Amino acid sequence: MELVLQQILNGLTLGGVYSLVALGLTLVYGILHVPNFAHGAFYMAGAYVAFYLMSAYGANYWLAMGGAAIAVAGIAVVSDRLVFHPLRNAPGLHHMIAAIGILLFLESGAQAIWGADFHRMQTPFTGIMNVFGAVLPVQRLLIIIAAFALVLVLHLFLTRTVTGSTIIAMAQNRDGAALVGIDPNRVAMLTFAISGVLAAVAAVLYAPINLVYPAMGHLVITKAFVIIVLGGMGSVPGAIVGGLIIGFAEAFGAFYISTDYKDIIAFVLLVAILSVRPEGLFSKGAH
Amino acid sequence: MKIFDGKTGWLLLLAAGALFPFFAGNDYHLTVMSMAFIYAIATVGLNLITGYTGQFNLAHAGFMAIGAYTVGILTVDYNVSFWLAFALSGVVAAIIGFFVGLVSLRLKGHFFSIFTLCVGYIMFLLIEKWESLTHGTVGIIGIPAPEPLFGIDFESPRAQYYLVLFFLALSVWIMHRIVNSLLGRTFMAIRNGDALAESLGINLMRNKVLAFVLSVFYAGMAGGLYAGYVRFLGPGLAGVEHTFDMTMYMLIGGIGTMFGPLFGSISMPWLTQYLQFLQDYRFVVFGPLLVALVIFLPNGIVGTWLQWRARLAFRKAAAQKTPAAAPLATPSKGGSHA
Repeated sequence: MELVLQQILNGLTLGGVYSLVALGLTLVYGILHVPNFAHGAFYMAGAYVAFYLMSAYGANYWLAMGGAAIAVAGIAVVSDRLVFHPLRNAPGLHHMIAAIGILLFLESGAQAIWGADFHRMQTPFTGIMNVFGAVLPVQRLLIIIAAFALVLVLHLFLTRTVTGSTIIAMAQNRDGAALVGIDPNRVAMLTFAISGVLAAVAAVLYAPINLVYPAMGHLVITKAFVIIVLGGMGSVPGAIVGGLIIGFAEAFGAFYISTDYKDIIAFVLLVAILSVRPEGLFSKGAH
Repeated sequence: MKIFDGKTGWLLLLAAGALFPFFAGNDYHLTVMSMAFIYAIATVGLNLITGYTGQFNLAHAGFMAIGAYTVGILTVDYNVSFWLAFALSGVVAAIIGFFVGLVSLRLKGHFFSIFTLCVGYIMFLLIEKWESLTHGTVGIIGIPAPEPLFGIDFESPRAQYYLVLFFLALSVWIMHRIVNSLLGRTFMAIRNGDALAESLGINLMRNKVLAFVLSVFYAGMAGGLYAGYVRFLGPGLAGVEHTFDMTMYMLIGGIGTMFGPLFGSISMPWLTQYLQFLQDYRFVVFGPLLVALVIFLPNGIVGTWLQWRARLAFRKAAAQKTPAAAPLATPSKGGSHA
């Protein structure tokens, strides 16, 4: 029983991080219909900025997280203005290739500045708690709480504020939103900024129990893509549910099947589901 | 510039390739060129599915790795001769490609790309973790050089260079035949609009799968050559970065042209050689370059050149006619293949 509880806690941790990353991806997809392959690089940049602030300026964990969020939001907005905005009328293939260009630039940039080494990020939360016999490091508890708090805040922002509603409106109907006086450029920038903040926070939360290195975004972003395809591209609840599904599948898969193959589980799940249902689990229309 | 058109141009290019070893300063230059040729074969294949059929396959490097590991595993662990293993490399990639294609090509646009991205990751992780078959992260060491064939020995770098050049020429020629056949037109019709293509009676699924299988056959064969040339294989070969590399080559030369991918994949490694001081950081330059190309020169160097020439020819034709007879024919986009 403790073992099952342990896996549930691990699944919640992983699911929380994946949901945050997938949310940013799905919001951008909803607005621009761009699969932003550079999102994983945003995630990586967030971890590096926080790591740099902590190691060079001795900033505390929360301050570093805030700094990383602002920096990555900046990077995301600049990418929108310089890259995705000029390409708004280009065919879909061009967006994907341009996003790959940003990804390559950010990754090699991080490598040029900080080297290819693995870094360990310090965290003030080193304690370990016992929950009904299961071991729960405080950092993991923090990830679970912070991830779900952030998801809640985002939900309130999107549904209860006018600014948030403009994002939903744009995602629903671009022309309609423009007709009622919503500025598409501003909404696009706002969405990119939010996606950058989510990626950076997810990275800073997850980095202390993982490591910081230039390719750290690869697996996370690929899994985030799996999640938003499963949950329906552009769907916010889909991203959260999908994130939890993949998180639990990995936690239980690593325990009951094999730790070696735990990273494959998400992809095999996607291949299996799309083979049976090409339109994804929760989406209504065909892709 | 007429002389560089059509057959003459290709023959001149082949002659330049054949003469290259006599002008190359040392074996290192031959190695760079041979590697460029191997990746050129794979890129020409990627261009068929992405450039001509319009489906961006992100698992291409994975299929190249399948070809390479076919040769590596068969020659090292099962003592199969290189030539037999090489013949199988493309076939194995094509068979796996057939099943991947059947599932993945039901998805459109972005979803196809995301799906193949995941397939590429599965291939990479399988190669890395399935130690009993692929030797895992250690990689396959000591792949034998191709055995002598018809009295030709393939031990020396020069002989290997000609071997690779032969297969590059063969691949480009076959691709040329495919693209200029009815089949090639069918693929382009699918790229330009699948609804219209379907209404013309084109079986979308069958043709897309066929393009996919042909494309990964090229990747598998390039992988087989890679195994015989480098003689060491690691899981990194399947990494999606290599697909990104090939995408860059294809885009710089000109996506959906015959000569473009060839030009890109042969010129870029040399550019990298001259930017040696950048080494690992070359993407600090190439990343923004890729973005700039997509924004300002989406047809690549060769594609832009072709477009410019088509426009020139159109103007000339328009000037010859009387103003009353307005020209009806517009320059067909992508109609000519350099």
